[in-house]
Amino acid sequence: MLTEARSIRIKGRSFLAVVLTPDLPFEDWLVRLDDLAARSAGFFLGRPVVLDVSELSLDRAALKAMVAALGERGVRVMGIEGARPSQLDASMPPGMVGGRPAADVEMPAADGQAEAQKPSKAQPAEVREAAAPVVRAAPSSLVLHEPVRSGQSIVFPEGDVTVIGSIASGAEVIAGGSIHVYGALRGRALAGSIGNSAARIFCRKLEAELLAIDGIYKTADDLPAELRGQAAQLWLENDAIMASRLT
Amino acid sequence: MGKVIVVTSGKGGVGKTTSTAALGAALAQRNEKVVVVDFDVGLRNLDLVMGAERRVVYDMINVIQGDAKLTQALIRDKRLETLFLLPASQTRDKDCLTEEGVERVIGELKKHFDWVICDSPAGIERGATLAMRHADIAVVVTNPEVSSVRDSDRIIGLLDAKTEKAERGERIEKHLLLTRYDVTRAERGDMLKVDDVLEILSIPLLGIIPESMDVLRASNLGAPVTLADQNSAPAKAYFEAVRRLNGEVLPVSIPGEKRGLFGKIFGRRAA
Repeated sequence: MLTEARSIRIKGRSFLAVVLTPDLPFEDWLVRLDDLAARSAGFFLGRPVVLDVSELSLDRAALKAMVAALGERGVRVMGIEGARPSQLDASMPPGMVGGRPAADVEMPAADGQAEAQKPSKAQPAEVREAAAPVVRAAPSSLVLHEPVRSGQSIVFPEGDVTVIGSIASGAEVIAGGSIHVYGALRGRALAGSIGNSAARIFCRKLEAELLAIDGIYKTADDLPAELRGQAAQLWLENDAIMASRLT
Repeated sequence: MGKVIVVTSGKGGVGKTTSTAALGAALAQRNEKVVVVDFDVGLRNLDLVMGAERRVVYDMINVIQGDAKLTQALIRDKRLETLFLLPASQTRDKDCLTEEGVERVIGELKKHFDWVICDSPAGIERGATLAMRHADIAVVVTNPEVSSVRDSDRIIGLLDAKTEKAERGERIEKHLLLTRYDVTRAERGDMLKVDDVLEILSIPLLGIIPESMDVLRASNLGAPVTLADQNSAPAKAYFEAVRRLNGEVLPVSIPGEKRGLFGKIFGRRAA
């Protein structure tokens, strides 16, 4: 039984993964992959690898065989992008959506010359550095000129979301940064979704179903009654959501 | 080229079919050529409300599948020369409605009629999305209660995303028709207020249709309320709605509400 009213933290986090895009015939592609692996042993070792199959038409068995063939080579697939639900089953890596392109991953050079100039790949610290060139893009924001209707979901991990209009009951806005609503907030607003505890939620009229900042959430019932229907802002302080009237 | 209207709501039982028939008959009485199209395959009702159920030979599915010509399937109203009905199939499955087929039928109807009014089935599935697909104007039928308002909000979102006009980057014209407005319940205060509904949905108001026995009586007679009893309160509200559809600017009065001392006019607009 639950005795303590402590909330569970659910956060989004983005990692850089290597995306492999096989082409057909698959056997030829594997030969080229083996060639790459021969030049740089352990290139894929310990790296998160996502398999992009959106350009291929494969059945479930073929996809399974592909994952297995990669597994034999020490390439562990953490997720599959662009696959139909019918192509996946419980024993396979999960399907992934919503990936965004990042900087190209440097491939081992063909002649080993470049390899010599670089510190040995065996050093784990170096590998990690190469694998995580997470460049934070300039802060971006999304401005919506229309109300967010019931059933719509706006996901914008890159930054702030500003809604000129209302967020309807049954609609949700998920932002990496803060959420500004110049209207009534009746649906769900999840700010700081990729681990930003400085994110805030502002609205003209607070009637939200659910509010979350950096994974900490509050439902409508947890909100102070005197704030209902008021212009309000919400922020995070010591892992608790604070709310106050905006005057 | 005629204009295509979709009468939609998301929720069932709010008055889509009644409103389709009433608006169609009201437009036809202005000597405009009107066809009402039933998209509710498997649960057709529009033929009953129009009083044409015993004259249905072919339906839209027959036309789509090439078993009948469009002119064979169209049923002319016995009372109004310029009012036609294209019935839905009662026996077929809604999967028989194909996207290309619907596009072809609507395209052909637009050439011959001033107004093509599509009666959408409830829900947000195939039938409803196909009914709205080619629309120029949407009439969103809503009852003043929370579940209906939320479903309408969902439908408005779909209208802005899934229609041909929206996909071309144009805006589909949307109007709110508030139906089954109960004067006694409104007086008791146990119904959503008109302003609240307008604030939530933020689309312009086409009219408020009072809840009335006249509507039920007309349906049972097999006549749109705008034909059965033209002086009844709901009929008058539908006639006004049609004038607004034609671009006239008329103030909307709330049924049962007394006007102020100075004969205040209730000019209502949505954001």
